[in-house]
Amino acid sequence: MGHQLIGSLFPNDVHIHWTLMIVLYPYVTGLVAGAFIVSSLYHVFDREELKPLGRFALAASFCFLSVATLPLLNHLGHPERGPMVVITPNFSSAMAGFGILYASYFLVVVLEIWFVFRTDLIRYAAESRGFKRMFYATLALGVYDTSEEARALDHKITRILTAIGIPMACLLHGYVGFLFGALKSNPWWSTPLMPVIFLFSAVVSGIAVLIVLYQLAMKIKGMAIERDTISALVRWLWLFMIMSLTLELLEIMTLAYEKAEEWEVIGPLLANQLSISFISVQMVLGGLIPLILLGIVVVMGAYMDDRIRNTLSMVASLLLLMQVLAMRWNVVIGGQMFSKSMRGFRDTYVPGMFEKEGILAAAVILILPFLLLVIFERILPTIDHLRPNTSDLGLDLDPEPLAG
Amino acid sequence: MASMAVIALILPEDARATGTTSEYDWDKHRWVYLIDTRKCIGCGSCARACRKENQVPEGMYRTWIERNAIPPEGEVHVDSPDGGEHGFEPDPPNAHVRKSFFVPKLCNHCANTPCTQVCPVGASFETNDGGVLVDPKQCIGCGYCLQACPYGSRFMNPHTRTADKCTLCYHRITKGLSTACVQACPVGARQLGDRKNPNDPVNEILATQRVQVLQQQLLTKPQCFYLGLDMEVR
Repeated sequence: MGHQLIGSLFPNDVHIHWTLMIVLYPYVTGLVAGAFIVSSLYHVFDREELKPLGRFALAASFCFLSVATLPLLNHLGHPERGPMVVITPNFSSAMAGFGILYASYFLVVVLEIWFVFRTDLIRYAAESRGFKRMFYATLALGVYDTSEEARALDHKITRILTAIGIPMACLLHGYVGFLFGALKSNPWWSTPLMPVIFLFSAVVSGIAVLIVLYQLAMKIKGMAIERDTISALVRWLWLFMIMSLTLELLEIMTLAYEKAEEWEVIGPLLANQLSISFISVQMVLGGLIPLILLGIVVVMGAYMDDRIRNTLSMVASLLLLMQVLAMRWNVVIGGQMFSKSMRGFRDTYVPGMFEKEGILAAAVILILPFLLLVIFERILPTIDHLRPNTSDLGLDLDPEPLAG
Repeated sequence: MASMAVIALILPEDARATGTTSEYDWDKHRWVYLIDTRKCIGCGSCARACRKENQVPEGMYRTWIERNAIPPEGEVHVDSPDGGEHGFEPDPPNAHVRKSFFVPKLCNHCANTPCTQVCPVGASFETNDGGVLVDPKQCIGCGYCLQACPYGSRFMNPHTRTADKCTLCYHRITKGLSTACVQACPVGARQLGDRKNPNDPVNEILATQRVQVLQQQLLTKPQCFYLGLDMEVR
């Protein structure tokens, strides 16, 4: 088994039931919620400096959302019965809400994408021939109205949908934290702070992944990285990471100071099993260091060379992405490293490379949304759209009238 | 009676074939469990009987026995080698243990159970007669109930890939038999009681003696009662 047991455990408590997949699930949904919040900063709160990311963030949110159920399905003992959570839900279970929340949020995101990209779809259909034309015309759902009024209406609906989407994104991710926070059996999980901590770290990971993706996309496309966009993202990221880190620390400090019975297991847990992943990675490498790096960018930003700003924000974002993953690991795996006897621990848990819920499966699931994003970009460009020569409407580019 | 149909589904084939369960009315019973820790000798017969009766996979436990050894000073030492299934080695001569006792454990069949609450599909459910069961044909194998049980009574069955736990030998008690563990116990440390049967001796004990439950502070209302429990037991 490769691990040792310390102290006395209930004999059924020696297994890790929620594995790497359950670490990934809140990680991916966190990216969904975070990316959506960024897109909403543009679509609802009119942060013009985030305009370059308005569409891209939405696309990213959609791609992460599309794979969010995969780790869950891969984890289930009977994935073929997975749909029963939606078909015959037991509403006393927190988990039963997942299907409804997920499905309705998915609907909001898809609808919003349709309204945001509708005029593009019509333009691509008009510009292309054959199958491609049919494909885009189908996606446009036979609505080819690109008049001033129609576009104004699109804009209005997008705004409303985003406004609905914000609380839904918060709910979707707060709910994931609730799944853990509402279990009184586990002192490491059971805290009303859990949904809030999950939510803030979700926004952190979402902004961080967008900083990384935006810079990469601009590099690949040979386009200029907007200073205002990066500066704005860094400010938001800094704010949210401070709140996230504060909450994470507050939870630990309260428990430690209270010396409540939970501390009997949480103290040793942090000192031993989670000493690297919590203290070194979550708090120092992924917490303190990005806090300083981003702080430098926020305070000194005006005097800073663009390349230094971009590099610092890139490094800080990558560290924060690791921090949030470490946080998920520490919650999910950490909560299973001790027995409910509160007297015994496992010493380590190392997921296998090739097992069903192992490292390879996790890597595939983590890479998948980025591949999806590349495909999305091929079908509905969100980056090329930013080039100055493509207008919002673009129907002047050799349009061929569409039927219907 | 739709629930009775579910019960019939999860009972072993032989119980369904004999039809004896059709005479069983679950509204006429309310099962509870009583453990007298002062009587338990740690022989492990109960755990062995349970494994055999219910084909419990190796390394998983529907019931187990813990030995608590409490030195006059210092920390309590709890062990449960192989769930106590094969008994216990004697204390080493220099252990200086003044207080030592065995605590058999099993699912507490809580009246306010957190495990059925969290089951997303209702595969884990409570019967009218006080049992907490899992329908392996409905369970999706998410493991949420395993996390929610504060007593470590549930495990993931590697063969069925579903949650598994003590059924109170439901296939036996609905035929008028006792549970395998109660029947195997040579000293009468384990007793099954029926709160709706006024002549059941367990009711007399519950009514007149001081009983305890495990982790009372969690308010799960365990229906497994203990006599002679020490405060160190969790």
